[in-house]
Amino acid sequence: MLEIRNLHAKAGDKSILRGVNLKVCAGEVHAIMGPNGSGKSTLAQVIAGRDLYEVTEGEVLFEGKNLLELSPEERAREGIFLAFQYPVEIPGVSNLYFLRTALNAVRKHRGLEELDVVDFMELVKQRVKLLGMNEALLERPVNEGFSGGEKKRNEILQMAVLEPRLAILDETDSGLDIDALKAVAAGINAMRSPERAIVVVTHYQRLLEYVEPDFVHVMAEGRIVRSGDKELARELERQGYSWLEEEEALAGESRT
Amino acid sequence: MATGIQEIQAWTEQEYKYGFETPIETEALPPGLNEDVIREISRRKREPEFLLEWRLKAYRHWLTMEEPRWANVKYPPIDYQSIVYFAAPKGWKKGPKSLDEIDPELLRTYQKLGIPLDEQERLAGVAVDAVFDSVSVATTLQEQLSKLGIIFCSFSEAAEKYPELVERYLGSVVPYTDNFFAALNSAVFSDGSFCYVPKGVRCPVELSTYFRINARNTGQFERTLIIADEGAYVSYLEGCTAPIRDSNQLHAAVVELVAHDYATIKYSTVQNWYPGDRQGRGGIYNFVTKRGKCLGKYSKISWTQLETGSAITWKYPSCLLIGEGSVGEFYSVAVTNNYQQADTGTKMIHIGRNTRSTIVSKGISAGHGQNSYRGMVKILKSAEGARNFSQCDSMLLGNQCGAHTFPYLEVKNPTARVEHEASVSRIGEEQIFYCRQRGLSTEDAVSMIVSGFTRQVLQELPMEFAVEAQRLLSVSLEGSVG
Ligand SMILES: Nc1ncnc2c1ncn2[C@@H]1O[C@H](COP(=O)(O)OP(=O)(O)OP(=O)(O)O)[C@@H](O)[C@H]1O
Ligand SMILES: [Mg+2]
Repeated sequence: MLEIRNLHAKAGDKSILRGVNLKVCAGEVHAIMGPNGSGKSTLAQVIAGRDLYEVTEGEVLFEGKNLLELSPEERAREGIFLAFQYPVEIPGVSNLYFLRTALNAVRKHRGLEELDVVDFMELVKQRVKLLGMNEALLERPVNEGFSGGEKKRNEILQMAVLEPRLAILDETDSGLDIDALKAVAAGINAMRSPERAIVVVTHYQRLLEYVEPDFVHVMAEGRIVRSGDKELARELERQGYSWLEEEEALAGESRT
Repeated sequence: MATGIQEIQAWTEQEYKYGFETPIETEALPPGLNEDVIREISRRKREPEFLLEWRLKAYRHWLTMEEPRWANVKYPPIDYQSIVYFAAPKGWKKGPKSLDEIDPELLRTYQKLGIPLDEQERLAGVAVDAVFDSVSVATTLQEQLSKLGIIFCSFSEAAEKYPELVERYLGSVVPYTDNFFAALNSAVFSDGSFCYVPKGVRCPVELSTYFRINARNTGQFERTLIIADEGAYVSYLEGCTAPIRDSNQLHAAVVELVAHDYATIKYSTVQNWYPGDRQGRGGIYNFVTKRGKCLGKYSKISWTQLETGSAITWKYPSCLLIGEGSVGEFYSVAVTNNYQQADTGTKMIHIGRNTRSTIVSKGISAGHGQNSYRGMVKILKSAEGARNFSQCDSMLLGNQCGAHTFPYLEVKNPTARVEHEASVSRIGEEQIFYCRQRGLSTEDAVSMIVSGFTRQVLQELPMEFAVEAQRLLSVSLEGSVG
């Protein structure tokens, strides 16, 4: 479904991604871990089409299409969803209105009719319940004045309503209390399906206890330096990243 | 790096949709201003003697004044002798007329502007006074309104039919000595609307005036006077447009509102004068004095404005809160795009006890636009228990525009409570990207963000115009992104 080959990207003069390779198939859940500043969010944003970042090398294919040629909205309509590490506030625009506009944009692209308000409300209410969200948040302006946890849950709600083919969740588990974490995990698990791929960026093993990944990758300095199964995540939890870095350094020395 | 800024810049490429010219013969006075011109204006309008005297006094006073330069706007000196002070469609005769007496070309003009005047197509629930250059060409629903004792007519008609009302209230809120442009207006004012709502009457329809400048090199100096007697309620809306021209035209209006005990006046403006082209050539200079007097106890005056047009806007709809417990409100959205400049805001003068005022100002700047909010809250010693809340938010689209705030505060009574909030936000590349990631186009993203930003103000507009306002807002910013 998604194939990333030797991807390099920079912001201004700073090169951030330095040769990322990753293959994600439908039905899979991947976890990407790695120290702060290693480029996880950048990778997510580049896949979504943020033009702050310039791709200097490599390619990204989505269902065989060259993703890098598409605008962010085209990618979204094709079914790529990014849950932001820092969800953005849009004052004065109600969450519901935002959600409905987004859903109809995506539906239109897929050749579906726009949902009328009644059907839309039914869908949203059902998803809200699934996530154990407070319905009052629907009437409030998008993310404005939401608590950290509410923002994250709101991202998951958007995902659940938009039903993307590929969902990338950037640290959607950080800052959640334990109940919220469970609710978010339940939301993610409910989205798991043979037609859909999910990539979770996380620092914590905790989420992965609830959402079992098929693959775990570790990013460091703009590259995926290690891939494995959920055991790798447990190991990281026990030992941190330093052992990886040491191994990297050794490997680096043996290369020279 | 195309971080939205280029896209935002590109977003300003929208053409002005009301820029057509009506091919109609006009009868105008030659350019220039002197006492004879004023006498001639007054004669053509068959005005009562007191009005001519008042005009001449204003003119003589104006001669002693200097054009103000304190506003945060830049423009070359105006040559007041090159302006035409009176222009009317040929054959124009004063007084109410049936629609078939009106030049069809004029009817077509208003039709094109979306203000159909004829019986079948008229906006439901709205009475319209159509002012074309210096004269009112039609006023609708007059008869129905007069059954309720409501007077709604052109100012010229009022001067002739209700001279005692005009004499009593004209200049009672904005004296001709008030400022340079108010003095000029008082000397040469052409037409505008007059409205009187009697005691205890709630005006059942929206009253509105649609101002159109058509003739070349002509200034428009309208004068509007609205009086709500005890317990009366009226909601009034003005709209304005002008053809595209590469020279600047002056529009210097005066609006006076008077609210007696328990009366409410809601005054809304959708100002869309020609703003000039993308290089900043042409456009209207919109120098306006608007003021309301809450004379009676528990009276209320509420100003709502959507300012999207004009090359330069200089206006401060204000309230004098005299009656005990009276309320003043100011809700404003001002948009400056390309090379437009706006210096706008309000004055709330608290004189009576327990008077209250609310100010909500939203400035949007795009292109090279410069947007200034200038607001004064003055609480006099007599204004025991007065309260004010002000909120001024600015939004920048792009990085070549500017937003400025000049709040002035004067509190002479220690029991008063005053709150002020201000914010500036750059319409974020982040916000746009967030919306696009959810499948919205850049245009839709910006228009959604802007409509969220201005919602608090636009929801104050009468329902009949809210949709139109929303559309106008996105049109005037369209093309500045993507
Ligand atoms: N727009 C930008 N301009 C300059 N540097 C940037 C920009 N975006 C990211 N960076 C830098 O790139 C590096 C990678 O950032 P990124 O946000 O992708 O890391 P991350 O792995 O998501 O970290 P965290 O775990 O803290 O979220 C950091 O050093 C960051 O400062
Ligand atoms: Mg990150």
